[in-house]
Amino acid sequence: MEVAQQEVLTAPEQQTAVELSGSAALLEALIVEGVDTIFGYPGGAIMPIYDALYDYKEKLNHILVRHEQGGIHAGQGYARTSGKVGVVFATSGPGATNLVTGLADAQIDSTPLVCITGQVFAHLLGTDAFQETDVINITTPVTKWNYQVTDANEIPEAIAKAFYIARTGRPGPVLIDITKNAQIQKFQFKGYTPCNHIRSYRPKPIVRHKYIEQAAQVINEAKKPFILWGQGVLLGNAEQEFKAFVEKSGIPAAWTIMGVGAIPTDHPQNVGMLGMHGNYGPNVLTNECDVLIAIGMRFDDRVTGRLDKYAKQAKVIHLDIDPAEIDKNVQTHVAVWGDCKETLPLLTKHIEAKQHTEWLAKFNDFTRKENEAVIDEELHPKVGEMTMGEVIEQLNQLTGGDAVIVTDVGQHQMVGCRYAKFNQTRSNVTSGGLGTMGFALPAAIGAKFGAQDRTVVAVIGDGGFQMTLQELGTIMQSGVDVKILILNNRFLGMVRQWQELFNERRYSFVDIQSPDFVQVAKGYGIAGQCIKEREALQPALQEMLNHKGSYLLEVFVTKENNVFPMVPQGCSVSEIRLK
Amino acid sequence: MSNANTLPEGKQEFNITVYTENQIGLLNRIAIIFTRRKINIDSLNTSPSEIDSIHRFNIVITETEDVVRKLARQIEKQVEVLKVYYHTNADVIWQEMALYKVPADVIAEKVAVERLLRENGARAVVIRKDYVVFETTGHREETDNLIKVLQPFGLIEFVRTARIAIIKDSEGFNRKLREFERREPGEDVIENEYLNQGDKVFTM
Ligand SMILES: Cc1ncc(C[n+]2csc(CCOP(=O)(O)OP(=O)(O)O)c2C)c(N)n1
Repeated sequence: MEVAQQEVLTAPEQQTAVELSGSAALLEALIVEGVDTIFGYPGGAIMPIYDALYDYKEKLNHILVRHEQGGIHAGQGYARTSGKVGVVFATSGPGATNLVTGLADAQIDSTPLVCITGQVFAHLLGTDAFQETDVINITTPVTKWNYQVTDANEIPEAIAKAFYIARTGRPGPVLIDITKNAQIQKFQFKGYTPCNHIRSYRPKPIVRHKYIEQAAQVINEAKKPFILWGQGVLLGNAEQEFKAFVEKSGIPAAWTIMGVGAIPTDHPQNVGMLGMHGNYGPNVLTNECDVLIAIGMRFDDRVTGRLDKYAKQAKVIHLDIDPAEIDKNVQTHVAVWGDCKETLPLLTKHIEAKQHTEWLAKFNDFTRKENEAVIDEELHPKVGEMTMGEVIEQLNQLTGGDAVIVTDVGQHQMVGCRYAKFNQTRSNVTSGGLGTMGFALPAAIGAKFGAQDRTVVAVIGDGGFQMTLQELGTIMQSGVDVKILILNNRFLGMVRQWQELFNERRYSFVDIQSPDFVQVAKGYGIAGQCIKEREALQPALQEMLNHKGSYLLEVFVTKENNVFPMVPQGCSVSEIRLK
Repeated sequence: MSNANTLPEGKQEFNITVYTENQIGLLNRIAIIFTRRKINIDSLNTSPSEIDSIHRFNIVITETEDVVRKLARQIEKQVEVLKVYYHTNADVIWQEMALYKVPADVIAEKVAVERLLRENGARAVVIRKDYVVFETTGHREETDNLIKVLQPFGLIEFVRTARIAIIKDSEGFNRKLREFERREPGEDVIENEYLNQGDKVFTM
């Protein structure tokens, strides 16, 4: 494998061509794209690529996961903390179908990924060959773009397009399926040119100044304006621009779980979380504000509750990069299409500096009510079993809000997102749109590779942990440092909560038994402990954080605790319940 | 043409025109946008456009304008889609073509048939000893009418195409398309030279 050693090849546009296999060309392309870590799992149909990878060990770090779903969630975690494109390898057939959950998750949460799947020889396509599946058709609804390569000559261009499409505009997952012959085939490789333009693809709509001015006018006339922000702010790297807008406007701002961290939790204008398990004030006051400014968020039904009773009194201004989001769920008054990195500064320029002191105070009143009714009890219980909230609160004390928190799905996710403190952007990794149990453990592995100098804590339920716990093997082998915090309530808690509240406590199959998690971790060479008493909590968390390398801490929490406030399904956001 | 009286409230026929790259799999991507919302496609035609590497879809659905606008945006969001338009029937000129196969002897014997065909603007495409194939183009009720007329004469086979539609608004997309093509000509598709050679080429 001489070619891999020739540094010059990775420079774009070589005058002279070199004979290269499709597989080597793929890896050269990844290096030019700045890829440093690949999560993957080999198999027959992707063997030529793995064979080539053997020669690229120095340049490309490959993490062998234990299941392709783990691989793709790791890729997502990596992308979310690093802001780069996550890269995943899988073989054909079962390898590729195991990616589907992660693709769907990345698609709905706009996470940039390039997945490479092996495929049977081109001449076998459509013959039901061994491990052949129609990956392109299976993944079409859950990818931003996909493409099947059947000839090595196509590889450089297909990969270039894949990266460009995955990371630009509204990011998303891309899948490139490469037949085995194309991986083996030798061809004249002329170097790799990244793509920065596709004729039919416009990643960003053109910013129309007219609408910026209209939006600014509506904001300037507003008495009770309210900002809702989502992940678009993070994806656009527009945290600074967002902060400037928030501060000049003086408007209270609330976040979706995908947007948390864009400004620090403690920012005086940060009034909390939106949606089904969001904070009391932001939900109720959504139906009282006169202008709603939605930035990089998509009015998901978990945020809006009943649409026919959602912010009907307000003029809605919607800033989004994806034109298909405008008016999709909520009718806008002024639509500002574009990348918020560009549109926010323009908007900030046109608005008057203001302070909405009284209006902001109203949010604070609600916060006080919520503290009395729910939060104080949840975060600082004096007696009884431990609560999920107090565990997160203790963690905040110790990390100071600097950790990356990766949550799985369930009650602990809502508690984690509600109460975890964030000082920095790209600190919360969770499965927002798909709500994928089993996401957190592998995503945390990827998150750590994406942010190596940060502490990564995965907060996981006893149910979700058992969906992908085989990735402890990946932790063991790669030596990645992930802190695993299991909040064990001996129930599939969130489903149990619904059964309690809406199905007359008919606890149908939510009572889940678990193995001795500490022993399981031990089997993988991972240290840990299980605690049941409040006095042990703080020292145990400290020990976990101090520990060199991965650590599993299992905390027994109240079996039947509920996450409140809650907007019951099918209700309006102002019908949010505190109990 | 749809009968406005029988349609659910607010719904009418819309003609969606989509300009795309000529790309395998794109038909599926576009079809999914309808099927996942449980929207039936009444008619779908796809063909090369006036510009070399660019294809044109004509899709007909019966929906409210609000839904059609959202669908159009979802379609336009696809990477390989250049442009999407939607129009009501009043805003387009549209045609469907139909072929009818009838036994030749009937045609020979019954002169009335010829007259009926003339009245319906049909013309013979093939005349054989055993059968004759006629063709008409027009709106749905026009092509439907001829079925009724020919049925008693032993209509053997009938087929109708999807709708094709030209947008009345005179600007069109042609100028923009040519501009696109001038600035960035479509790339040559790489043919897979191995596909047809079977296992002569590979073993592993
Ligand atoms: C893959 C998958 N299957 C099922 C669900 C439905 N679901 C949502 S929350 C939940 C319970 C989660 O229980 P656990 O992991 O113990 O967390 P807890 O709610 O107790 O914090 C279930 C089953 C899901 N979100 N994802």
